[in-house]
Amino acid sequence: MQIFPCPFCGPRNETEFHFAGELGKERPDTTQEVAAPDWATYLYAQRNEKGPVREVWMHLTCSELFVMERDSVSMEVVGSGSLREGAE
Amino acid sequence: MTSHRTTRAALIDLGKPLRFTFDGTAYQGFEGDTLASALLANGVRVMGRSFKYHRPRGPLGAWVDDPNAIMGVTLNGRSLPNCPATTTPLEDGMQARAVNAWPSARFDIKGGLDLFHRWLGAGFYYKTFMWPDWHLFEPMIRKMAGLGDISRNVLEDYCADQVHDHCETLVIGGGAAGLAAARAAAEGGQNVVLVDDKPVLGGGVHQLAGVEDFAPRDWVASEAHAIEAAGGRILTATTAFGIFDHRMVGLVQNGPFGTAPRLHRMRAARIILATGALDRPVTFASNDLPGVMTIDAACEYLARYAVLVGKRIGVLSNNSLADDKLAMLAEAGAEVVRLNPADGAICALGRKQVRCVAQGRNSHKVDTLLVSGGMTPLVHLWRHAGGKLDWCTERQAFLPGAAPEGMVAIGAAGGTFDLDAALAEARAAGSGVPADAIPSRYKLTPLWPEPGSKGRQWIDFQHDVTLKDVELAARENYVSVEHLKRYTTLGMASDQGKTSNMAGLAAMAAVQGRPLPEVGTTTFRPPFVPVPIELYHGHHEKQLWHPLKRLALEQEHREIGAALGEYGGWLRPGWYGTGDAKAHIRQEILTARNAAGLFDASPLGKIEVIGPDAEAFVDFIYYNTISTLKPGHIRYGFMLTEGGIVMDDGVIARLDRNRFVISCSSSHVGSVRTHLEAWRQDGNDPDRIFVHDLTDHWATLTVAGPKAREVLTDLALDMDLSPTAFPHMTMRETRFAHSPLRVARVSFTGDLSYEMSIRRSKAAELWQALVAAGERIGAAPIGVEALSILRAEKGYIMIGKDTDGETMPHDLGFGVPRQKKKVAFIGDRSLHSVKANGARRKMLVGLTVSVGDKALPTGAHLVEGTPLQSVGYVTSSYDSPTLGHPIALALVENGTERLGESISVWHMGETRMATISAPCAFDPEGARLNA
Ligand SMILES: [Zn+2]
Repeated sequence: MQIFPCPFCGPRNETEFHFAGELGKERPDTTQEVAAPDWATYLYAQRNEKGPVREVWMHLTCSELFVMERDSVSMEVVGSGSLREGAE
Repeated sequence: MTSHRTTRAALIDLGKPLRFTFDGTAYQGFEGDTLASALLANGVRVMGRSFKYHRPRGPLGAWVDDPNAIMGVTLNGRSLPNCPATTTPLEDGMQARAVNAWPSARFDIKGGLDLFHRWLGAGFYYKTFMWPDWHLFEPMIRKMAGLGDISRNVLEDYCADQVHDHCETLVIGGGAAGLAAARAAAEGGQNVVLVDDKPVLGGGVHQLAGVEDFAPRDWVASEAHAIEAAGGRILTATTAFGIFDHRMVGLVQNGPFGTAPRLHRMRAARIILATGALDRPVTFASNDLPGVMTIDAACEYLARYAVLVGKRIGVLSNNSLADDKLAMLAEAGAEVVRLNPADGAICALGRKQVRCVAQGRNSHKVDTLLVSGGMTPLVHLWRHAGGKLDWCTERQAFLPGAAPEGMVAIGAAGGTFDLDAALAEARAAGSGVPADAIPSRYKLTPLWPEPGSKGRQWIDFQHDVTLKDVELAARENYVSVEHLKRYTTLGMASDQGKTSNMAGLAAMAAVQGRPLPEVGTTTFRPPFVPVPIELYHGHHEKQLWHPLKRLALEQEHREIGAALGEYGGWLRPGWYGTGDAKAHIRQEILTARNAAGLFDASPLGKIEVIGPDAEAFVDFIYYNTISTLKPGHIRYGFMLTEGGIVMDDGVIARLDRNRFVISCSSSHVGSVRTHLEAWRQDGNDPDRIFVHDLTDHWATLTVAGPKAREVLTDLALDMDLSPTAFPHMTMRETRFAHSPLRVARVSFTGDLSYEMSIRRSKAAELWQALVAAGERIGAAPIGVEALSILRAEKGYIMIGKDTDGETMPHDLGFGVPRQKKKVAFIGDRSLHSVKANGARRKMLVGLTVSVGDKALPTGAHLVEGTPLQSVGYVTSSYDSPTLGHPIALALVENGTERLGESISVWHMGETRMATISAPCAFDPEGARLNA
């Protein structure tokens, strides 16, 4: 059982969180023509990196969506921060 | 005194004799015994039969390391299978039976299997029963395999308590090192928990003559007292069975026999591992005979249980720790015959127990043969936590290497086998004050399996894997340790290879001529000891696992005889009245169609979206265009996933320019709220949109039926109810009993319908007023079941029932936004994929049957072609009281182009015919809706 830090609530059990995607995934502008492979990449392709990763998670009990940095091998959590700052 | 019990002061209570039976014979033991120690005290040697060859077996170890003595135990009508005799504390009245043996361990009928051992090598079953089909033989082989039988009696109250706990320092292991470390840490002011898997603390300390001028028992008592005096906590009979992410340690605390153990999820800032080491067996011919055990086990039996395992004991050891231990055995009255491993190969002789040990030309009559092949530190938990292992040539063992964060190994677990050094190391770890390391005095001469040597030499006792099996595996190229393990099942028994893994690795290394560390180890996985599945389950069931959501009006519904049931997580009235449910449901439907139904729709979603960007946001969230909706108006729409699949349907009302209320499906409120929040915060300016879920705060009561307006008129609300002033798909705000009331003209039954939402605390008042007004015109409460049929008559769908994971909005007859909507919305691009444009999409239709036919089974397949293929299925099917005939909804390929066609409906081998129709079977013109 991992402990994740919600920037809003503090450290909580991982069961309270929901993975919302890898950071940096941009939604294609669908008012323009989007090629099928680009849309498929957006829908399904993940970088799935080994080692340090930056991901978007939601703390379900407060609904805060935030950025978490962690290591996908050691499971160490480096820290978390606001999605707005993280997205810059 | 029985034959093997000595007068040595031990940890048993001679004042408390306990009676028990083993394989039907009565014996006596004492409080403090284990099943194994009590049997050994009575001279019983054969306590089980091996898994494959049914060889007689006795205990090799004295605690968790023992692979052999496994028993089914019954006490006071409670039976548990596969209890290790060495770790099961004896209780008065226990009836124990060896597993895998019939009629008893001593006379096992299947013992004859051993004669065929030449053909039963590794992979025998795979190789032999390949033709014609393994599955033909599998049931018979499975019956022969396995250990104990499970009792069919349910253990009442067998429910594991779940404790969530944390501490600064968790010390695992209550031997010399663990006690000293815990004391130092506690006295240093830390919040300390010490756990030990035995009922009595001390580990191997009780074997010693003394510790730092104290008798062992006094030293243990004073350390324990000091720990508790400093605020530390001690848990005995508690095994740390696994270390999980972020230093959560699973602790299983055992109580009396037959009671469920207790699970502690212990979160520790720091873990001191003091789990000790195991004395490992030696590989030689017939090393599995009862009477062969480790030196350490024999000393534990003497020190803890006052049991001297033999009178004339042969000893084979390759290390310096044996000397003191042998002195203890001699002092207790045993005659000790030492054998030097350097003098040649050893062979144990005897039938049901060891009688003689031969080495070259010499042979010695013995009743017991004690062995020690060196100490193996217990590094399981270290590996669970991700710690590395280093090979130590001097100790011929894997020792803890690079440490996981917040963890340290001390004492024998870290390869420090000398008491003074272990204590110094422990105190340093506990206090954080470094100490000089004391050089090790442990000496050892490598003693490993020798491939090619004579006789049957056991590596894994419980799974009957011999040295020859390892050699065979190597010949057949199963040389990776992970392959070796799976091919031979070495280390895969319930003891998980505690005594066999090292011998197996060493054998493989020797066969291949590689250094042992190059062969590597297999993966250590929790649990360290077998734990019942119940341990993880505990009270996590029913309401405590998934609490029901309760209606504000539950009491009111009960008072009028509601049959309450769970619908989408809510406890709701299914119908009203006792007895024949179908008759009640039918009557409720007729009431709703002829007068009006009063329905508690409170679980319907009421999620407000507020703010300057709210309009653009709901346009993006919805498949339908919402921005064109005027304040006071309502629109029906879909939310899609990015894959274009319909996720939820429902109405959205616009209260004013910047304020919307989303009325999502009752069972989707949580997922819709999360969906909205995710998109609000990611891709939008969260300061300009607010999402506020009021579902639980507002009750919603619906009046639906041709006389609904009369009911509302009776409430004397301050509003114009005429169809022109308050038409279908609009919302009005007024007041009831001094509280705000939102009235929406939306319908899920196809009749004139008002949905009224009011603060939860006023729900009862509104409900009573509606019931009273309703009575005058023949309206009455209706439940969820009636509503499900009312909506199906109208062809209104329920997402997840009448749609599946491939349904897109144009499959449901809503194709316009897909073609016309200009702004971006979730799922938009997916609606134009190759799949979305596919020629064989399943679309929503109705099905009708011939006059007099029964309703179609829900889930039945619609089939056509040769051979028959499914082209769809029935999603909803009911007898319609309104129409007087069955109705059904279905998803079928190209359904909307096939109206009027007949199609075969297949269910459980029977085929019937139905006609494809429009989904709406009742009032298709909508005259009643707009009344
Ligand atoms: Zn939070």
